[in-house]
Amino acid sequence: MKKTKLIIAAAATVIALGGGILWASDHADAPNVKGKSTDITDLYVFQAPNTNNLVFVGNVQGLLTPTATQTAAFDENTLIEFKIDNTGDNVEDLVIQCAYKDGKMYIYGPVKPTSTGLSSTVVGTASVVVPVTPYSASTPITATSANGITAFAGPRDDPFFFDLDQFHKITGGTATGFTNPGHDTFAGTNVMSVVVEVPKSLLNSTGKLGVWLQTKQNH
Amino acid sequence: MVTNKTKSLIIKNKEDTIMKTKIYTIIGLCAIGFTLGACHKDKKVNPSSDPNTGKIYSIPGDQVGRPGIATVFVGAADKDNFNTTIPSVMGAAYQSKFQTQLQAYNGGAYTTNLLGLSASAFTGVLATDVLGVSTTGVTTYYNGTQVLTGRTLSDDVIDVSLILIFGGPTGGSNPQLTSDHVDHNDKPFLATFPYEASPW
Repeated sequence: MKKTKLIIAAAATVIALGGGILWASDHADAPNVKGKSTDITDLYVFQAPNTNNLVFVGNVQGLLTPTATQTAAFDENTLIEFKIDNTGDNVEDLVIQCAYKDGKMYIYGPVKPTSTGLSSTVVGTASVVVPVTPYSASTPITATSANGITAFAGPRDDPFFFDLDQFHKITGGTATGFTNPGHDTFAGTNVMSVVVEVPKSLLNSTGKLGVWLQTKQNH
Repeated sequence: MVTNKTKSLIIKNKEDTIMKTKIYTIIGLCAIGFTLGACHKDKKVNPSSDPNTGKIYSIPGDQVGRPGIATVFVGAADKDNFNTTIPSVMGAAYQSKFQTQLQAYNGGAYTTNLLGLSASAFTGVLATDVLGVSTTGVTTYYNGTQVLTGRTLSDDVIDVSLILIFGGPTGGSNPQLTSDHVDHNDKPFLATFPYEASPW
């Protein structure tokens, strides 16, 4: 029976992967980043309600309970960097760099990087600086630069949704499919989020971008 | 709802042709590449000293383009390596491994998916983990018409992924595995910046 085959295959895969697939989005995806300030949960890039702008969302430090969120913080040792390819070669032509310092998020670019790849140098001076919104704030703190870049940094509800628990049951062989309705495993959890809205005119685009999000540390 | 659109589409096999055209267009665009844009001009210079200017971050951490790629297709032994492999060489390093994984999920029975992609073509797209984003129109992971033109907060990326992995050529195979029946976030998003909901 095909269904059975599938489940067996999925279960076998779990075993092959070393006893546990955690299919979140990118939450806790790898040993070197799990539980650290470098752990990315998700990247979102979409057209703003003002269609002249594009919104870049970079989320890190997932699965935060409300209690954990009260003391969650960005890390001065960790750069959150959007990489933007204009030419289709999957090499970044522009970067937006987000560096945290003394309670504020400094946003650099979009600007041509001094080098491509895994090591990054903060380029120039910040386009916009925004105080990190505290957990207790009733409204988000935002800042906008003279050239129209708007920024936010702080805790937000994790926008990702998925019935991860049922998926685990399927891959573990104790269920044959999802349930209807499902249950959002990420309900009630938060992330640390950086949101940058950028005029498309600053992105040098000819119609299509390739975007990826990186984190990296100073020491 | 994006999801409802998606689901209704999946039932309609006749839409396949349209979808194939779309994805081939996407692939074609990727392959062709683009004219290099004009050099970026710096906008303004802050007179005050900047605490981070010139700071070097040389220890790689995490890396993500599309949702779920590392967690679904990258084996345990490769997970750290995938995060430190730059996208321009990802395809060569990971396409074959992803294809093996895709077939493992399907008991070796994967043929093509709703986008008409063979195992090698589909994993070729997936292995280069970069999010394609349109700067000229609708941005969506998949809305029944556009494919991979961005990712909005409300896109049901899991159902899209499940359909493409398990749903077969029509998207209608293995219906018990092609939707998790969680089609929206647990809090409504904001209509205005910063769009994400306040924390719990």
